[in-house]
Amino acid sequence: MNSLVRRPWRLAAEASALVIAAVVAFPLYWMVLSAFKPAGEIESSEARPWTLAPTLDSFRRVFGQQEFGRYFVNSLVVACTVVIASALIAFLAATAVTRFRFRFRTTLLIMFLIAQMVPVEALTIPLFFLMRDFGQLNTLGSLILPHIAFSLPFAIWMLRGFVKAVPEALEEAAHLDGASRSRFLWQILFPLVFPGLVATSVFSFISAWNDFLFAKSFIISDTSQSTLPMALLVFYKPEEPDWGGVMAASTVMTIPVLIFFVLVQRRLVSGLGGAVKD
Amino acid sequence: MTPARPFSNWTPWIYLAPALVVLGGLLVYPIYQLGLISFLEYTQVQVSGGEPTSFQGFGNYAALFGDGEFWRVLLATVVFAAACVVSTLAVGCALAVLLTRVRALPRLALMLAALGAWATPAVTGSTVWLLLFDPDFGPVNRILGLGDHSWTYGRYSAFFLVLLEVVWCSFPFVMVTVYAGIRAVPAEVLEAAALDGASQWRIWRSVLAPMLRPILVVVTIQSVIWDFKIFTQIYVMTNGGGIARQNLVLNVYAYQKAFASSQYSLGSAIGVVMLLILLVITLVYLRLLRTQGEEL
Repeated sequence: MNSLVRRPWRLAAEASALVIAAVVAFPLYWMVLSAFKPAGEIESSEARPWTLAPTLDSFRRVFGQQEFGRYFVNSLVVACTVVIASALIAFLAATAVTRFRFRFRTTLLIMFLIAQMVPVEALTIPLFFLMRDFGQLNTLGSLILPHIAFSLPFAIWMLRGFVKAVPEALEEAAHLDGASRSRFLWQILFPLVFPGLVATSVFSFISAWNDFLFAKSFIISDTSQSTLPMALLVFYKPEEPDWGGVMAASTVMTIPVLIFFVLVQRRLVSGLGGAVKD
Repeated sequence: MTPARPFSNWTPWIYLAPALVVLGGLLVYPIYQLGLISFLEYTQVQVSGGEPTSFQGFGNYAALFGDGEFWRVLLATVVFAAACVVSTLAVGCALAVLLTRVRALPRLALMLAALGAWATPAVTGSTVWLLLFDPDFGPVNRILGLGDHSWTYGRYSAFFLVLLEVVWCSFPFVMVTVYAGIRAVPAEVLEAAALDGASQWRIWRSVLAPMLRPILVVVTIQSVIWDFKIFTQIYVMTNGGGIARQNLVLNVYAYQKAFASSQYSLGSAIGVVMLLILLVITLVYLRLLRTQGEEL
């Protein structure tokens, strides 16, 4: 397609792509830069796009903050559990709705679609009482369980396309070769739809890692069970924020997600392409 | 479809069981509870067991709808979400087309920058944008020569600042999805159209747009859902709803009612209103899919 675009236009397009990339990346650059700036420099009225004396002070303050490391581990535990659990559950459910015909199949699909639209945040109040009744307030479980539920409908809907793309003949062949249904499921189908699982896991990871409302509402007395977004707010007091601390904590919080994204980048693009082709 | 085998009547339900248990317990039941609480009198007294809960009928809704603030917040939510959706889609689609027009290096640069913005957690993005637009030492005011203009002080400029952050972190989903969709269109189709002398605009309108319509529907509906229920950005960037609650949206409003002032029933009634609005949008979406002849 590129060959069809005339050269000056392409150069203009490339120049604007680079400028836009710089603008989009600028907030992240400023975040990392500010994390390394010494305290006085961030709040000086001359905001410079570089720093004269890079320092780890802000990071020391962040990690010196009681339990920051613990919040980090908590966030990882929540996000990883949500990703793995919802991937497995969604894989089974997506297989059921694509490879079997049964009563209520269409009804279920429509219900999964509607479930996607449920505003999670609107359910904070009943979930609060539910978690309280099951003694889950102030535990990581109160953050993990709802996020599994909320990422499931989208994951099932997205994985459908991937399961559908695996030819029926493959299952026939496996069956003729004497493979049991569960063997086919886990040793043949699962690896084949793995790229789709990676793409869906991006969404469940983000929703769990970003969670702010549930952590704020369900972790109320035992702060050792809290997660990174809450740790960040230790440094962000609207009246007088510790910007160095906020930016250092933000950097620490963003980097794992960035690494995850870069790792799955190719899979994500092809995964979204695969899901939409369906 | 798989040929019927003796045990296959039950197999799909076994596969579905974990999903149905989780969704039933953590989605369907809470929705029922939400509806129930919205019809009760449920404040701190009832929660701690000091007084029995009493049935209020539509009393909570009457109180809510009788409150001018609710309508103001509802209107703000709808307008703000719509502005976010439209801006996100416009930026995302434009950049997706741009990605197809450039060589590998600029494409990689833009893709990585967008993935970075996408990967940034909402709390982080919110604080970083506040720092960027800080009246005293933010780089944006300096670059634009705005002196010490405060973005969070005025109602509209505060909403605008949040909108910028929301577009920044959500256009990448649209861009990557639409780009993946364009790439999935066979190159021969486009080349054939170009050889037949079709203009770029004509190719977009007559070839790409129809093929991309299912994707555009998906990204639109996802954006509507996400932007309608924004909580973190508003909460953090406007410090819980803005000066004199001028930047409240339904979600933050419900949170403030329920958890800050313990009026759980009013908070639940707001939740029900949100649920109903999104349900209507979903039904419209389902109709759209149906009329396009999509097979479920």
